[in-house]
Amino acid sequence: MARRPISISIDRLRGRAPAQKPAKLPGDERSCPRCETHFSAQEFARNVGVCAACGHHFPLGARARLDHMADGGRWTPIGEELRAIDPLQFVDLQPYPERIRSAEAKGNTEALVCGELAISGQTCVAAIMDFGFLGGSMGSVVGERFARAADRAVELGCPLITVTSSGGARMQEGVLALMQMAKSIVSLDELNDAGLPFIVVLAHPTTGGVWASFASLGDITYAEPGALIAFSGPRVIEQTTREKLPSDFGLAERQLEHGHVDSVVDRRELPARLGSLLRILHQPPRPVPSLAGQLAANGSEGAARIARALPQLSRRLRDRVLGEGPQRGGQ
Amino acid sequence: MSSPTRGPRFVRRITQRFAGPEVEGGDVWDAIQLARHQDRPYPLDYIGMLMPDFEEIHGDRLHGDDAAIVAGIGRYHDRPVAVIGHQKGRDAKDRAYRNFGMPGPEGYRKGMRLMELAAKMRLPFIALIDTPGAFPGADAEERGQGGAIARSMLTMLRLPAPTVAVVIGEGSSGGALALGVADRVVMLENSTYSVISPEGGAAILWRDAGKAKLAAQAFKPTAANCYRWGVADAVVPEPHGGAHTNPEEAARQLDVYLTRTLRELDALSVADRRRIRRDRFRRIGAQRELPPDSSALMAQSAESPSGGAA
Ligand SMILES: [Zn+2]
Repeated sequence: MARRPISISIDRLRGRAPAQKPAKLPGDERSCPRCETHFSAQEFARNVGVCAACGHHFPLGARARLDHMADGGRWTPIGEELRAIDPLQFVDLQPYPERIRSAEAKGNTEALVCGELAISGQTCVAAIMDFGFLGGSMGSVVGERFARAADRAVELGCPLITVTSSGGARMQEGVLALMQMAKSIVSLDELNDAGLPFIVVLAHPTTGGVWASFASLGDITYAEPGALIAFSGPRVIEQTTREKLPSDFGLAERQLEHGHVDSVVDRRELPARLGSLLRILHQPPRPVPSLAGQLAANGSEGAARIARALPQLSRRLRDRVLGEGPQRGGQ
Repeated sequence: MSSPTRGPRFVRRITQRFAGPEVEGGDVWDAIQLARHQDRPYPLDYIGMLMPDFEEIHGDRLHGDDAAIVAGIGRYHDRPVAVIGHQKGRDAKDRAYRNFGMPGPEGYRKGMRLMELAAKMRLPFIALIDTPGAFPGADAEERGQGGAIARSMLTMLRLPAPTVAVVIGEGSSGGALALGVADRVVMLENSTYSVISPEGGAAILWRDAGKAKLAAQAFKPTAANCYRWGVADAVVPEPHGGAHTNPEEAARQLDVYLTRTLRELDALSVADRRRIRRDRFRRIGAQRELPPDSSALMAQSAESPSGGAA
């Protein structure tokens, strides 16, 4: 296993352990867990949750992300009408319906918010996870909203972009949550058939069933700086294998070295990067292949010759029946 | 293996019996113990009984071979089929060799090699699921555990020939589902299928792996419940007392189910099979949908953007 030599960047990373939460200060002020700079809620919003002093990326809600990514902050929601239920009558330390209610009270409707939008003038569909809603966990609603977002992308013939931030499958929906992984793969296969690109942005943290399903199947994959990206989290690995993990285990920069992401992108530059990517990917409308072309491609040369001759034959037939001259042909 | 004529009806009858009330409480823990019984037949046992002519493949052609997954081609009722399964060990040495049936990315990539062969030759693909989950290790992570599971699901979803996944023991987490994206997903009577092992769930939800029994009762991952939730298409009966009491009879029941199911699936075109397979997984889930004019929905969409563009 390749170990990265100790360098300054590891020391910088050590300061931002994944579990660390920003300290709540009186009023709207926040403090950066990495450099301890204080800033106001307005500054926080203006910098889309990135510390202006050191570049630390705070968690950011799905709606704020959509507002930031969309041209003019305008986007049309997809699948908002879908809400969670409690199929297993699940109780752990708290009944699941209570967990849903308190998560909904914080202002969001589920852990995935989807919308139709334009980025740098390019139409796309985005499916954005919200870690603030039950740890961004993937349950039935997340699976169904993702499916509807993919359906919309196929209808529009445009790329699907996702920003992931999730602890994994939603435990409280049991095996039904597990199945959402497979369901998301089905949606990606619909995109495959339609020939449409799937762009993934991995935000902190992307773990468990989300990383082991759609999040790791991007055609192009970006990650936000310092994002933890793993199937099994560091705590589980340390408990199971008694390994001592390096402090940068699973972080975006290390995942880049190991070949699991294409680029680490600062959130403030994300709309521009996505815009440029969408411009590169934009395809002029594809010509519909002719019947003759398809038959020839299938090796049915004889049938292809007949198909090629058909328009001429039908023109001749019409001319004969209607007694029209060939000079008046064409419609 | 003879082809029993009363098979299909028998399977259907048993399936209906299992559509009954949910299994609750202590019964769930019993089911988990049975699903994990060390004498329960494992994939190589079923393969030995159902298709004595079997050629195992080894290695992912990238890094290594993973003994937690066995994969190969076998002769089954006079035709070649691709078979894969999670393999646990029976004694201490074997368990360590098989890594307790917890695959790393090499295991899933070996599986994808088999899927490529199955796609090329249009072979039916049979997966036998029995794992506490994919292996949680730093090496496995660095070699792409998450991506291997995801790609395994996508590759399996796209297979042209009939695919059947059978949960034969414990099916836990993405490590199990990686081999479970099939036309038909079926569970043996005493098997379980869950988002996570009871111990793993207890560690996450109760912060105490000792609360496994409590977690098992919350997840209710029995075959009967999975059938009710639409996660399993059928429940295959086991001999009285569990598959380990009479492995030959367990294999015979599985043979009955597989024979009937492959015959049904063979009758479909490649395009129909893929469409039906996609629809099957697309439908799974439980959620409610607010009416379009719902006040909650109106309030939500009228809400002004929270952050505003920077
Ligand atoms: Zn800072």
